[in-house]
Amino acid sequence: MTLSFRKHTLANGLDVLLHEDRACPIVAVNIWYHVGSKNERPGHTGFAHLFEHLMFEGSQHHDRGYFQPLQGAGGTLNGSTNADRTNYWEVVPANALELALWMESDRMGFLLPALTQAKFVNQRDVVLNERRQNYENRPYGLAPMATLASLFPPEHPYHWTTIGEVPDLESARLDDVHAFFERYYHPANASIALAGDIDSDEALALVDRYFGDIPAGERVTPVRASALLPHDVRIYFEDRVELPRLYIAWLTPAMFASGDADLDLANDLLANGKTSRLYRRLVFEERIATDVSAAQNSREMAGYTQVVATAAPGHALGDLEAVIVEEIRRLAAEGPTADEMERGRVQAESQFIFRLQTVGGFGGKSDQLNAYNVFIGDPGYFERDLNRYHAVTPDSMQAAVARYLDPAARVTLSIVPSGRAELAAPHSDLVSVA
Amino acid sequence: MARSVAVDRSKLPSPGPARSFVFPSVEKSTLPNGLRVWTVAHPQVPVVSFVLLIARGSAADPAGKEGLAAITADMLDEGSGDLSAIQMHEALARIGAQFDTDIGSDATAISVTTLSRVADRAVGLLGDVVVRPALRQHDFERVRQLRLHRIKQLRDSPAAIADRAFLKLIYADDPYGHSPIGTEGSLATLTVDDVRAFHGGTFASDAATLIAVGDCDHATVAHLAGRAFSDWRANHDQNGQKPANAAAAPRLAVVPRPKAPQSELRIGHVAAPRLTPDYHALAVANAVLGGQFVSRVNLNLREDKGFTYGARTSFEFRRRPGPFVLQVSVQTAATARAIEESIGEIAGIRGPQPVTAEELAFGIAALTRGYARNFETADQVARAVMQLALYDLPDDYYAHFVSRVEAVTRDHVSDVMMRHVDPARLTTVIVGDLDTIGHDLGRLNLGDPVVLSAESF
Repeated sequence: MTLSFRKHTLANGLDVLLHEDRACPIVAVNIWYHVGSKNERPGHTGFAHLFEHLMFEGSQHHDRGYFQPLQGAGGTLNGSTNADRTNYWEVVPANALELALWMESDRMGFLLPALTQAKFVNQRDVVLNERRQNYENRPYGLAPMATLASLFPPEHPYHWTTIGEVPDLESARLDDVHAFFERYYHPANASIALAGDIDSDEALALVDRYFGDIPAGERVTPVRASALLPHDVRIYFEDRVELPRLYIAWLTPAMFASGDADLDLANDLLANGKTSRLYRRLVFEERIATDVSAAQNSREMAGYTQVVATAAPGHALGDLEAVIVEEIRRLAAEGPTADEMERGRVQAESQFIFRLQTVGGFGGKSDQLNAYNVFIGDPGYFERDLNRYHAVTPDSMQAAVARYLDPAARVTLSIVPSGRAELAAPHSDLVSVA
Repeated sequence: MARSVAVDRSKLPSPGPARSFVFPSVEKSTLPNGLRVWTVAHPQVPVVSFVLLIARGSAADPAGKEGLAAITADMLDEGSGDLSAIQMHEALARIGAQFDTDIGSDATAISVTTLSRVADRAVGLLGDVVVRPALRQHDFERVRQLRLHRIKQLRDSPAAIADRAFLKLIYADDPYGHSPIGTEGSLATLTVDDVRAFHGGTFASDAATLIAVGDCDHATVAHLAGRAFSDWRANHDQNGQKPANAAAAPRLAVVPRPKAPQSELRIGHVAAPRLTPDYHALAVANAVLGGQFVSRVNLNLREDKGFTYGARTSFEFRRRPGPFVLQVSVQTAATARAIEESIGEIAGIRGPQPVTAEELAFGIAALTRGYARNFETADQVARAVMQLALYDLPDDYYAHFVSRVEAVTRDHVSDVMMRHVDPARLTTVIVGDLDTIGHDLGRLNLGDPVVLSAESF
């Protein structure tokens, strides 16, 4: 399987990616701006995401809500911000492609004239409520804040979460929005993908017509930072939860770097699904945990692997930790079985093909083309990406686990019910998070 | 590249004529044991989505055994024949299958999505899971324990507490009044024999539909189904759910969550069933009121007031009347105002502020113009076919959806909202910091709140 495409770069630097799939009369429009919370500075966290909200509040030639015309045309739309990028997408009936391009180009070219203090304050309130809903008032919701702050040093842009810190959001100003827009929201820092019921020549001409006159901005210098976790960090905090939960995290290779795919498959084998080693031991056999999962979180500058497990009532997190560390040591010492390797490869291939089923939305074909283009400069990376997984061998996986999931250099976070500090993994220090 | 036409930014481009979309036809056959096999060819990607639908869900739980249907569904993949639970999952993993079990009040759906080249093995495993589950005692003990832990954990989540409290208050002892997982009390009484009996009486070939959508043809699927499901017996227990008489629900209830930064709200009551003739008008009404981003409720509470990250309303259509509900999580200080605004919007659309011509046109357009995108993937089409099977909708139901929605008028919208939604009957559930918000609640004129504890569900 491949993900076919055409790529063309407009004179102003905007990358245009086109993929024809005429099975369903819809078109996905997907734009990535290569800016995320990693472009923020301490004291100004949460800004990239707050800015994303403002992109939906109207632009110079359509100074009303962004949703109305597109939903009225039968479209669906959304956007998201993470550490490395901000994406915006619409999926519209094929006859509304031009409308979507008009709207996206108007906010890329003409956002600031429509931006007011009232809109800014309103969306800052909305974001503060997003933070309350998804982090502060959610069980275990502050775990990412504590984990990232310990994994990455204070000046490293992965030290903070994308939602940001409350005092930073409260002190954000409208002036900051102007500077941010000028610096990051322009054609040379963006990539647009169209996938679906299009004729690629016509679609390219339309994109050029709507975006071609937007002035090229200054190229953004990539952020560089490095992190090293020289020693063990053991922390805990109390939360309004019934069951304690353990998070163990390690610094790992960046997205697409050597070791990234090995760790992705190693995490599946360790902790994802009922066949995984840790599920078997913790949940199925010893029954000391209610759930366990693991992921290699691949980012542009670095990655981190995190294993998460919730203790069954009556069990302390130290018991879970001992099993997790033992299984990781065993994988590092003995490597995976042939059967585990085969299942991992088949599942990876299936997942790649499942991803080809939809043109739009988060993770659809248009989003994948942009991800490959923005992060690796090659929208055609789909097959090579799959080949990274085919190339994993028992030896390479074993080596990656041994090298990166070092039991002596990790962040171990315990979240325990209020007043139950004794359930935390041993020798953990209390931290405060907000 | 030369640009021949300058962009006209004085007005938005109007969409051209819509490209046609026709919902694909469903091919049907029935095995000798009564199992219905329904397929749709959707060959774009070499993938097949299978859904095995049982038209019986958590509303079929016997009184006192709430959670039985869900734990039975959960036990299906815990091994079959000589295969242990883990070996069953290894077999699924070896073909790269995505396996899911969904249970709602009216139905249980077991789904497997897989590459088409291993479709035969997927159907075989689906048969093992559905027809021949092992249902062993020691697996049951473990699965029940995990579900008891899960109930404990749901008490941590304001949204889960609000959902459970809301259903309990508006339905009381009706089979729709409990969430599928049941309660700690009911789960504690269940035995593996209950599960075996429920499986025997509910998972029967004549009560099931096998739906296959994707890169497959009907004859092949029917043949595979014959192999995997032929020993399934048609002994469906015809005893349906027993609706309870609706008790008067309290107007206002609070589940205290001290120091919570937000209040989680549910506002609604029992409304209409799936087969109501008012379905399309209610869909349009809901689109305008709170069914999408550009709706009265979200624009008011989020975009105007900034009280929340998002607010929405929905009619949850079921076999019998399902809930109408507004759901939102608001900053604590704004709780009483948000409730006033919400109830005001619900009351307003029934008459004082009827849907305008512009809103009606917008609501209809939003529901119809992008209709095709609901049927892009095999899984989406399979879910659509599942609705046909579950509610006995005609095969051409989707072909007529757009014209039926387009026929809705402003009068229809006012009429159906008058008949199906009653502000005087709304129950408001708050999961929040009672100490902070308590003194504001009096001005809502909803009476003294009933105070509930999260442990009571």
